[in-house]
Amino acid sequence: MSELRQIAFYGKGGIGKSTTSQNTLAALADLGQKILIVGCDPKADSTRLILHSKNQDTILHLAAEAGSVEDLEIEDVMKVGYKNIRCVESGGPEPGVGCAGRGVITSINFLEENGAYEGIDYVSYDVLGDVVCGGFAMPIRENKAQEIYIVMSGEMMAMYAANNISKGILKYANSGGVRLGGLICNERQTDLELELAEALAAKLGTTLIHFVPRDNVVQHAELRRMTVIEYAPESKQAEEYRMLAKKIHENKGNGVIPTPITMDELEDLLMQFGIMKREDESLVGKTAGEAVLCA
Amino acid sequence: METNGETKSQNAEHVLDHFHLFRQPQYLEMFERKKREFEDPACADEVEQIREWTKTKEYRDKNFAREAITINPAKACQPLGAIFAAVGFEGTLPFVHGSQGCVAYFRSHFSRHFKEPSGCVSSSMTEDAAVFGGLNNMIDGLANSYALYKPKMIAVSTTCMAEVIGDDLNSFIKNARDKGSVPQDFDVPFAHTPSFVGSHITGYDNMMKGILEYFWDGKAKTIAPLERKPNERINLIVGFDGNVVGNMRELRRILELMGGDYLIVSDNSDVWDTPADGTFRMYDGGTKLAEISEALHSKATISMQSFCTPKTLPYIQGKGQETVGLHYPIGVAATDQFLQEVSRLSGRPIPEALEKERGRLVDAIADSSAHIHGKRFAVYADPDVALGIAGFLLELGAEPAHILATNGDAAWEQKVRELLDHSPFGAGCQVYPGKDLWHMRSLLFTEPVDFLIGNTYAKYLERDTGTPLIRFGFPIFDRHHHHRFPVWGYQGGLNVLVRILDKIFDEMDRNTNVPAKSDYSFDIIR
Repeated sequence: MSELRQIAFYGKGGIGKSTTSQNTLAALADLGQKILIVGCDPKADSTRLILHSKNQDTILHLAAEAGSVEDLEIEDVMKVGYKNIRCVESGGPEPGVGCAGRGVITSINFLEENGAYEGIDYVSYDVLGDVVCGGFAMPIRENKAQEIYIVMSGEMMAMYAANNISKGILKYANSGGVRLGGLICNERQTDLELELAEALAAKLGTTLIHFVPRDNVVQHAELRRMTVIEYAPESKQAEEYRMLAKKIHENKGNGVIPTPITMDELEDLLMQFGIMKREDESLVGKTAGEAVLCA
Repeated sequence: METNGETKSQNAEHVLDHFHLFRQPQYLEMFERKKREFEDPACADEVEQIREWTKTKEYRDKNFAREAITINPAKACQPLGAIFAAVGFEGTLPFVHGSQGCVAYFRSHFSRHFKEPSGCVSSSMTEDAAVFGGLNNMIDGLANSYALYKPKMIAVSTTCMAEVIGDDLNSFIKNARDKGSVPQDFDVPFAHTPSFVGSHITGYDNMMKGILEYFWDGKAKTIAPLERKPNERINLIVGFDGNVVGNMRELRRILELMGGDYLIVSDNSDVWDTPADGTFRMYDGGTKLAEISEALHSKATISMQSFCTPKTLPYIQGKGQETVGLHYPIGVAATDQFLQEVSRLSGRPIPEALEKERGRLVDAIADSSAHIHGKRFAVYADPDVALGIAGFLLELGAEPAHILATNGDAAWEQKVRELLDHSPFGAGCQVYPGKDLWHMRSLLFTEPVDFLIGNTYAKYLERDTGTPLIRFGFPIFDRHHHHRFPVWGYQGGLNVLVRILDKIFDEMDRNTNVPAKSDYSFDIIR
């Protein structure tokens, strides 16, 4: 067995992390890699395309039913899906109560202690939104994920989140081995999206690993709870994910310590590409209709 | 202490202590009024009725069906065990990353048991640390601890608070080093010890493994990992033990008699038994820091308490050492097994001196056998300790009836079962993993025993159920100095035997002391 490779996908909520990661991992599985997906999101939707199921029973849900995490066996929480990809969801509390971050810590400790990582080539953590607290930084602690891939788009808030996640990585990168593997741009068809993504990657000291074009086939596959890799392996989109998978596979050890930028620098970047006008204070707080009148 | 209703007045020359003060009429009247006016008391009959009901089988069934609450668990939380392991190393200051209150509790717990000061610091996290993370507390805390208390090593563990917000010790300590809190080459091993997982024995295990990992695997990536060069030495890890002071000295004496090369990894017997000679010792004795590294090269490691080392022992085994797991050896057979393992590993015969000690213990057991034979016992303790006591009771011909460990699991239950199955005296015994002292209370009412063995908290059970208590384990707050006497080895077994016998004879006297009624058996000779 080759050395265990651990990666993680972070990114703004709704950006397509789970879709991107599952398609990429399915492509990696096609390459013969033995893969474990660890969903670190209370929504527990990180594995549905691999398992063809709605929501997988989560570690914390099963633990709550059994009494405690110590009462669980690894077989209870691990499901096997497409190409023998092993799947677990950490799960978490209902919205508005409890501590989801602690849930991630508890789940990952459980998996490690119970040998879930044995005989695996790749562990992939799919983590919700920002690094909002110490618990969601668990996958980037020492001896966990070596490379972080940030899924983003040309939308301002997605870029903002990518920058924030870089800040989280930086905190741990100085004291440990975690590195930023690169950005993955999930096309939203915003203005100058590719250029912006590349510029942000440069600012963060990393590269745009891949630009995933928008394609409706992803929706068709999602409705069938399948990855594009499985649903339409001959499609152009499947080829894109295979390219992304290959790039990630070959990116081993190429991660960097990110250089996050300030909010001002981020806005400057947007202005540079003409998305925002420099110092155009007259635009601030104006509706689209009003803006037309002003122009 | 009886006041017989007599009023005593206080003045500077004559101050009433708490035994007498609150029995004065003015206090009795005040308590009465407080109860009447503020406590909305149930009528005495009803209270009595409920009290009686809690003694019934019906109540016991409800009690054992209880799911959502634990009442009087016989366990403490992880950091307590982590501190126990940490202070066993030379000049080591335990540092708990979390809130102050927790650490005050750990310190007082040890001080009350060992009757010694117990040094341990906290990073004093407050609400803002809970929001922003405890990195600054770690940076300032390590700097202050290093400057004020001049330790040779600081061993960091955590409380629930730091764990819930996900503080990462590895990166925090690295950051603190980079900020100059402690010198770059100063040893700061660490272990995450979430209090809401497991018990103090889990914390012991985590810290022991944390310290070994730190020294053996490259001091948190600051140096190259050590390469094992096997030698003939044998390591011993003792586990969480309330009798550690006496046991360590007995262990050293036995090993000296055996001859050979041994290393006790974490020995806190000196720091919790410092002499009153005018010198304050914040640190005393303990395993030398250089010896922690050397421990990697040893031939084998014996854990005296396997349930205290479920992660540590496999880790050591993974380094290439042979490992042996015992369960708190009390009595003849358990000591035999311990010595045989030492003999096998060291290649040295068991010396005659120890064989004689064995013979003396067997002789003592035989002398008193008539009084212990068939007596029924309830036992609760930490998993290994409970196993040790149960084994000894069976050896004495006593009949354990209830064996309970709040921090025992299914594997422990299995071990106890195996032990019980090997003796005719174990036939009627039930094993209760994960149960608490309120369960034990029901057991003592519905299936009474002659004696109860447990720690200080068992005194409430003794009071409620009238079952005579033999104090054993941790903590013992209300009797002094028991921890100074060994319970391991043949001589330790003798101490345990005497403790049990003393209680049996005390009870015998108590039940035969009424003049002209029962004192025909109030004998001089027992």
